[in-house]
Amino acid sequence: MTEPAGGTPAFHPTPADDSAPGRSPASADGPVAPNGPVPAASVPGRSHVADPMGAAGRVSWLSDYGVYLALGVLLSFNLVFTPNFATVANLRLQLVQVAPVAIVALGMALVIGTGGIDLSVGSTMAIAAALLPLYLGYGPWPAITVAVLAGAAVGLVNGGLVAYGIQPIVATLGLLVAGRGAALVLADGRLVEIFDPTLAAIGGGQVLEIPLPVLTALTVAVAAGFVLRRAAFGRKLLAVGGNRPAALLAGLPVRRTLITVYVISGVLAAMAGVLTTGRQSASDPSFTGLLIELSAITAVVVGGTPLAGGRVRILGTLMGALLMQLIIATVIQHDLHDSTARMIQAAIIVTAVYAQRNRNGT
Amino acid sequence: MNEPVCEAHAISKRFGGTLALDQVSLRLAAGEAHALVGENGAGKSTLIKVLTGVHRPDGGTVRHLGRPVSFSGPADAQDAGISSIYQEVELAPLLSVADNLFLGREPITRLGLLDRSRLRREATEVLARYGVTVDVRRPLGELGLGIRQMVAIARAVSARARLVIMDEPTSSLAPREADRLADVIEVLREQGIAILYVTHKLDEVFRVCQRVSVLRDGRLIHTGLLRETSRIGLVAAMLGRPVAEVRRHGVTSFGEAHEVGRAAPVLRAESLVREHALHGVSIEVRPGEVVGLAGLLGSGRSETARAVFGADPLDAGSVEVAGRARRRWNPAIAIRSGVCMVPEDRKAEGVVPGLSVRDNITLAALPRLTRGGLVSRRARDRVVDAFVRRLGIKASSPDQKVGELSGGNQQKVLLARMLCLHPKVLILDEPTRGIDIGAKAEIQALIDELAQEGLGVLLVAELEEIVEGADTVVVLRDGTAAGVLRGAEIGERRIMELIAAAGSDGSVGGRFDD
Amino acid sequence: MTTGQAERAAPLSPATGTGRTRLAALAQRHGAALVLVLVVLLGSLTFGSSFTGAGNLGAIALDASYLLLVATGMTFVILSGGIDLSVGSVLALSGVLAAYGSRWGTAGAVLLPLAVCGLIGLVNGLLIGRARLAPFVVTLATLLFARGLAFAVTQEGNQVYIIPADLALTRIGQANVLGVGVPVLIALAVFVAAGVVLNRTRFGLRVFAAGNGDGHAAELMGLPVARIRVRVYVLSSLLAGLAGVLIAAQTTSGLPTLGEGRELEAIAAVVIGGTLLTGGAGSLGGTLAGVLLLKVIQNLINQVGTLSSAYQQVVSGTFLVLVVLVQATLARRRRQ
Repeated sequence: MTEPAGGTPAFHPTPADDSAPGRSPASADGPVAPNGPVPAASVPGRSHVADPMGAAGRVSWLSDYGVYLALGVLLSFNLVFTPNFATVANLRLQLVQVAPVAIVALGMALVIGTGGIDLSVGSTMAIAAALLPLYLGYGPWPAITVAVLAGAAVGLVNGGLVAYGIQPIVATLGLLVAGRGAALVLADGRLVEIFDPTLAAIGGGQVLEIPLPVLTALTVAVAAGFVLRRAAFGRKLLAVGGNRPAALLAGLPVRRTLITVYVISGVLAAMAGVLTTGRQSASDPSFTGLLIELSAITAVVVGGTPLAGGRVRILGTLMGALLMQLIIATVIQHDLHDSTARMIQAAIIVTAVYAQRNRNGT
Repeated sequence: MNEPVCEAHAISKRFGGTLALDQVSLRLAAGEAHALVGENGAGKSTLIKVLTGVHRPDGGTVRHLGRPVSFSGPADAQDAGISSIYQEVELAPLLSVADNLFLGREPITRLGLLDRSRLRREATEVLARYGVTVDVRRPLGELGLGIRQMVAIARAVSARARLVIMDEPTSSLAPREADRLADVIEVLREQGIAILYVTHKLDEVFRVCQRVSVLRDGRLIHTGLLRETSRIGLVAAMLGRPVAEVRRHGVTSFGEAHEVGRAAPVLRAESLVREHALHGVSIEVRPGEVVGLAGLLGSGRSETARAVFGADPLDAGSVEVAGRARRRWNPAIAIRSGVCMVPEDRKAEGVVPGLSVRDNITLAALPRLTRGGLVSRRARDRVVDAFVRRLGIKASSPDQKVGELSGGNQQKVLLARMLCLHPKVLILDEPTRGIDIGAKAEIQALIDELAQEGLGVLLVAELEEIVEGADTVVVLRDGTAAGVLRGAEIGERRIMELIAAAGSDGSVGGRFDD
Repeated sequence: MTTGQAERAAPLSPATGTGRTRLAALAQRHGAALVLVLVVLLGSLTFGSSFTGAGNLGAIALDASYLLLVATGMTFVILSGGIDLSVGSVLALSGVLAAYGSRWGTAGAVLLPLAVCGLIGLVNGLLIGRARLAPFVVTLATLLFARGLAFAVTQEGNQVYIIPADLALTRIGQANVLGVGVPVLIALAVFVAAGVVLNRTRFGLRVFAAGNGDGHAAELMGLPVARIRVRVYVLSSLLAGLAGVLIAAQTTSGLPTLGEGRELEAIAAVVIGGTLLTGGAGSLGGTLAGVLLLKVIQNLINQVGTLSSAYQQVVSGTFLVLVVLVQATLARRRRQ
């Protein structure tokens, strides 16, 4: 409190339109009330029982940290009881497998942060996969660019519909159905094998012993976290999801924010499609990204991001994706079945939303 | 007085630290329309909720039809004969008129199937009694609000209601529809039904009701027959001012009048029109001037403030800033041209509870704080520090979530959000509502100081704040300006007289007014 | 009763929507049927008897009947303001259980799956209606659960249970009456019964009411909204289960992979049929039109030998978006 708070704050762009003279924060420390009788500081601490501290302040521990706890338990269990679990090969395999889901889930987390949802991500992956072989003739990078642009286009349509006022579930359901169809039409319904070293590297290469898909997912996560924390867009996104009328009254570009977030989700889905195609060395529009929207939503919800919007947990989302992957891995390695994993996942999802419900106090 | 249908005796209700109702007693007699009036936060809606079983009273008893009752919820109260009709009619808009009338007690045939033809026939008959002729198969939502209201009333009455509670029933009605409602209330009274009529329109009180109760700050201030009550006396009771006493100082922290001078208006709003709310209000604000909007609740104060900011679409009218007219007008453009608003409903339209104090303060300033898409931390922190200090925002740190702050500090955050944009005009809609005394005084002093620095302020606030804080007062009544007072003309008596003056169309305020 | 006062004043005339709004509303309600007629006409003219032949129409009907069952339940759910993503998995689970239960005869093959499906519906309903969890996530979880259970019962799909060919169920499932498959007749019967329930009973009317404005209004009107919701999800699961049993009877086995994406097809059919996804308004007739439209388009695209069947998805997805655009535009006008 020692810095003299004089002068107009530096960020103000054009002093010219600040015509009012001497609008400087007062230099006195403490609240400004030159003539006013009662500065708040002198009012003894009043109780604010009536204020809505409770609901917002009370954080459901389970919803916020449950995913870490579950992951910890599962990891410990595996370290003790699963032979060959803590091998580099196994860990790498698990991470590579979860990478596409994680990338899609990060986009989904941003969308859910605005209070929306994106069901079309799987189909967008398929479109990206279908486009790759068609444009590989121009080289791998142009093909990838086309695929990613297609993802952006899908997001543009989704975002446009949502900004127009259509419920996100339906708006993106349309492209879930049509997108898969379009991918199949593009590829003539066929699986195409791809022998392209660049794509193969993207899907299966390594840098410093770290698989590229994992590196991509981590980069996306860092970028998403950075955008949320540092970029103006992140603030706008959370404001739109947290209180849309307030965002409108603060003059924020609500529609543009919504459109952008769906475009980001589309682009990330397309990247996941490229990655998957590269790893499989084949473009498979029938199965690429099939049902991934469910895994992604699960990862986000389990990671503690509330479906109502206004809050995004990037690390939680990654952990959520990892948790779901580890459940499957654990179950399989213990000669149980995939089916058991699904049922456990179902129970975890219900627990996660139940915990969120308690937090919202409804 | 007729036998009572429903009696509330010494009802108290506490929410957290605030006493919403303090020993309120009310006696609702058969065949009588009883007006319940009071300003925002007076406790009207809490009282209704106690009567309909939404809230359980902390003290006192409710007797209905002679027996003490304790309802578990609106459905329970409805079964016992207490129906309520809300401002925003709470029916199913997508269902047909007939379905809405009979939902919950649909006629069925011997086979257990819905008797559609009987449903339609009876619905048509019932509505005809209220003078409504409409194809009852049409979805309710396609019909005008007046008809929807009639359906709600018909539903209540045909459910054997003995007491019908109407919560601001005419707020969205056209005059002709309001007339019809008054007629229907007459019919209900003749049937021996008690009516609790919540409104803020004085004309209606005198035209429709026989008895009035005034609530203020959770206490019953006055109850009596309307024919023994004068309009000005009622206004004074609602606003909590003794009619004779007009004080100029000491209640608020506002200082002397500001040097307004003859500067050209920085903001000029012409003939603002918005259906059901504003009928041609014009406002001018000069640099350094505090313009107060006075009037009862629902007179168009908030609506004017919101219209000037572009928060609600206008049907007609124009807003001019610094002599420049704008064709498109919305909050984003308003903010860019230097008009900022702190909305009335902090929770719904103001704070983003999950974001920090820092982010909430800089929310509207984001475009200005951003370089290449990134928020400049230094610039942001400087702004946040300056305003946290200047407004005395008490938070554990700028990173604390706004949802965890007290109401007064939330309000300061919202003020800071707008002040850091360096506006030319600041619109404040009830800036001191629901916050503690200390914060209230600080905000009043701040408004004064800002005006001295040359900021134009459009203020919607309680009467005492308007009287002491404003340089110019525009008195609103039913969405029109009933008068403009300047300087020495400003006084509570004068304002109340303007508010209490009978409606200008001359068709109202006859029978019981003396 | 005295009505003198009220009669004196002139009757209020309802605020009418503009002609265009009404036209658009009409298009929303009957758009699917209209497009269906056009598509059928087009199909008949283009492909003649290969489209209109009894064999082809029968195939369309059989295919449509399973979807119709699922979409009928989905209509109830959506009308009540919810959504049920679990129906595709429930359908698969039901088929598997029917095959598994066929060792105890027709009764086992029918009752076992329906009991389990009813239970899943009950869980959905309780979590959504009573605990007030989001329908989307709850049914997403049961989607996973039911699919998992279906795989568990079949030893991860390795064990195929066969329904004996001489079982009454098999014979009924594969029989034809007057050239129409029995599953089609059953689906139609269920559809008609559902229509009666929805349009002619108190329960049906209250399903509509529950879907108006988050059920808030219905609660204020004293309706048991939670109970309505529970029933709706049970109904949806039971109908998906019935579809699963019929498919199992038709194919004499139960596949755990069946019905993937069927929930989306059903939602699409319901929405295309003019039911608001936000609940509260719509019709079963529209759902029937939506189901037939999806299946006829699919059939026609198959008729064009050169077109991949994927065009069907493109067409129905696009159609879905167009329908909701019309709905949103209508809702906007209404708000103004």
